[in-house]
Amino acid sequence: MREMITMVLVLSVMSLASGGLLSFLNNNYKESIEINELDFVKGPAIKSIFDGSTNNPIADRFKIMDGDIERTFFVGKFNGKANTVALEGVGKGYGGEFGIIFAVNVEEDKIVGVEVTTHSETPGFGANAKDDPTFVAQFKGLSAVGPFKISNDGGQINAMSGATITSKAVCDATSEAGQTYTQLKPQLEEKLKEFVQ
Amino acid sequence: MAKSITQEFAKGLWEEIPPFRLVLGLCPVLGVTTTMENGIGMGLATTFVLLCSNILVSVLRNVIPSKVRIACFIIIIATFVIVVEQLMQAYASIYPLYLKLGVFIPLIVVNCIVLGRAEAFAFKNSIARSMADGLGIGIGFTLSLSALGAVREIIGNGTLTLYEKPLFNIVSFVPSFQPFEFMVKPPGAFVALGLMLCIMNVIGKK
Repeated sequence: MREMITMVLVLSVMSLASGGLLSFLNNNYKESIEINELDFVKGPAIKSIFDGSTNNPIADRFKIMDGDIERTFFVGKFNGKANTVALEGVGKGYGGEFGIIFAVNVEEDKIVGVEVTTHSETPGFGANAKDDPTFVAQFKGLSAVGPFKISNDGGQINAMSGATITSKAVCDATSEAGQTYTQLKPQLEEKLKEFVQ
Repeated sequence: MAKSITQEFAKGLWEEIPPFRLVLGLCPVLGVTTTMENGIGMGLATTFVLLCSNILVSVLRNVIPSKVRIACFIIIIATFVIVVEQLMQAYASIYPLYLKLGVFIPLIVVNCIVLGRAEAFAFKNSIARSMADGLGIGIGFTLSLSALGAVREIIGNGTLTLYEKPLFNIVSFVPSFQPFEFMVKPPGAFVALGLMLCIMNVIGKK
């Protein structure tokens, strides 16, 4: 009996100490980890979408609660007007989770660009979604409302050859981002006013 | 015969150098050694975990009941692995390395070397000796990983880079060199490791 109590006690105390230490670290480093992820993983995609903007879209970001989910928006200023926002979308690709950045012109509700951020698709096939810009360029100028589908499903996007599943994943992720955008547009416009000076 | 602390440290560098003498923890050895830089990064991360877990296991060795010792070791090791992972993500200078090593960092938890040293050494020895053991084995692991990475990178790519700075380019010595890409692919890892083991055994036989 004594032995049992010691075992339970030792294990509990150790788990408690470990949990405490880790949550302290998490609190401490959460922000810098987020910044690093933005800089190294999503940064290049965001910068390429906002090519020609007069501000730094990564620094000018804000969060809006969408139900229980916190969404991050990036703001781009063109010709002195903060009229472009970007948000993330996720889909399920051939090799797992698939992340995109989706940028919309708020005044016209038109897509400014779509870029792939994180993926684990097959090199030479699905990975072309990121490596070959002609596929994602098809989204440019379309209405942001969606939904987007590949032409086989009666949609407006030509799928990449040999990578139908990835093409669908990009469409799904973009549709999801488009939906979120449409839903949150009133709050978004409210927030964007703060950026006009 | 009890060894001195220096001997405990030095044994990790040759006598029991992982993964050649202590053939454990082969998964990261095969997985990350495509370049020398990855080898060094992985080795240092493992050294940190090994050193900290050895010290803590040794400190707590009289408190931990032996029936639940493995569970306790795993708690200690997993905690330090997450510490390493968070630190690597938090600092911009090593974040690119974290992206390259990816899933192999969390996998240090199940690296047999770390658990093996806790069970076979730190649980039975004093703090100073456990520290020497952890440091020795860790540095030995780093050395062999970077050696293996360097061999594979030179034969497979013909170059050697560290922090995006080229250190060495084989083409300047052998102008007709063609990269032997097989060596940076997974099967090349087995071949390179096997050859290194073979060389180590030949030298050790004397």
